[in-house]
Amino acid sequence: MVTNTISVSETPQVLYALRRADDALILGHRLSECCGHAPTLEEDMALANIGLDLIGQARALYALAALREPSLEGGRANTEDTYAYLRDVGQYRNLLLCELPNGDFGRIIMRQFLYSAFIDPYWRAMMKSSDAQLAAIAEKAEKETAYHLRYTSEWVIRLGDGTPKSHDRMQAALEFLWSYTGEMFDTDEAEAMLQAEGMIIDASVIHDGWRTTVQTILDRATLTLPQSAWMQKGGRSGRHSEHLGFLLAEMQQLPRSEPGAVW
Amino acid sequence: MTPQTDALLRTRVLHALDDVTDPEIPVLTIADLGILRDVRVHNGVVDVTITPTYSGCPAMNMITLDIETALARAGIENFHVNTTLSPAWTTAWLSEAGRQKLLAYGIAPPQEGSGRGSLFGTVEVACPQCGSTDTSRLAEFGSTSCKALWRCNTCREPFDYFRCH
Repeated sequence: MVTNTISVSETPQVLYALRRADDALILGHRLSECCGHAPTLEEDMALANIGLDLIGQARALYALAALREPSLEGGRANTEDTYAYLRDVGQYRNLLLCELPNGDFGRIIMRQFLYSAFIDPYWRAMMKSSDAQLAAIAEKAEKETAYHLRYTSEWVIRLGDGTPKSHDRMQAALEFLWSYTGEMFDTDEAEAMLQAEGMIIDASVIHDGWRTTVQTILDRATLTLPQSAWMQKGGRSGRHSEHLGFLLAEMQQLPRSEPGAVW
Repeated sequence: MTPQTDALLRTRVLHALDDVTDPEIPVLTIADLGILRDVRVHNGVVDVTITPTYSGCPAMNMITLDIETALARAGIENFHVNTTLSPAWTTAWLSEAGRQKLLAYGIAPPQEGSGRGSLFGTVEVACPQCGSTDTSRLAEFGSTSCKALWRCNTCREPFDYFRCH
């Protein structure tokens, strides 16, 4: 691999956009791995379509980061592509939840449900951002995430309240993923600055509504909310699981070995 | 350039864009679909603004290319094609002519107001083949990101439903 990793000037605005973009790109990439592997053709198309929505949202957010990032030495500027293809593991800012390996169909659905139940109300609240560009991205994304939430909720119920085997797999998926959900509601100093300006909302205000949505669906799915309160964190500051490196190796292989390649 | 020549140029641009269709749904022009948001002409410079149906819509690059080709063919040289996200596209922007064309093409047009509401809102979709409303959804996601897959219980034909959004 060619070592042409970029440097990024992470002002609070750039960091914020990259965090949200990385969530969408990495989760979208995970879903793209399901293409051709889902249990039925319909679900194969569904997962690919959700992945496509997320990667589209990531593009809009990367474009915004590029616009807001101070230009680099020599007037060079980062672009959507350099953020995605030329940053290493430690520079990625996505939630750990988004990078976890797919596992079985139940786990893929449960991960998407837990994330969608958070990100849909999050984007809805962000439509009131004082930043016109962020508000526009939120308005677009929310229409899509509402659909993702409905689709995954239906599957959580169908599989949870299905056969003993599907129920046990869904419960196991929930137990596996649960400790990665806390990171979604975190905030830090960089984001607090943007919150004070009304540019972004405090993600922690989404928590109670998220919990209610999750509880409602789990009840109908006859699944039990895990009791553990301990949460694994690190993705927002670039401390990732071992899985992200393998994902990036696959995703970045072509642009890194053929720098400047275009369609 | 005077305002009069700008207005004439704008008419030419709109006429040229009448030939630009959605690559996935070739019966619909970009104006029918509501993704053509704005055409402005100032001092002979044309600005065309389009908006994506879905964030990751892979047809957007193709549509941009088609617009550029159509304008160039019409002898218009000085133009820009811009993409905007806000206000976000909604199926309500689909023109009445567009809805009729969809139906004739075998795609059920979106049902107003069915995109939101309750988590599991029910929606009545008429079969584009036989008109029966005894239909059921096979899959939330269909052959493109803007469609879902349905089936008619009367004539037994599967059909695409343009998702309300």
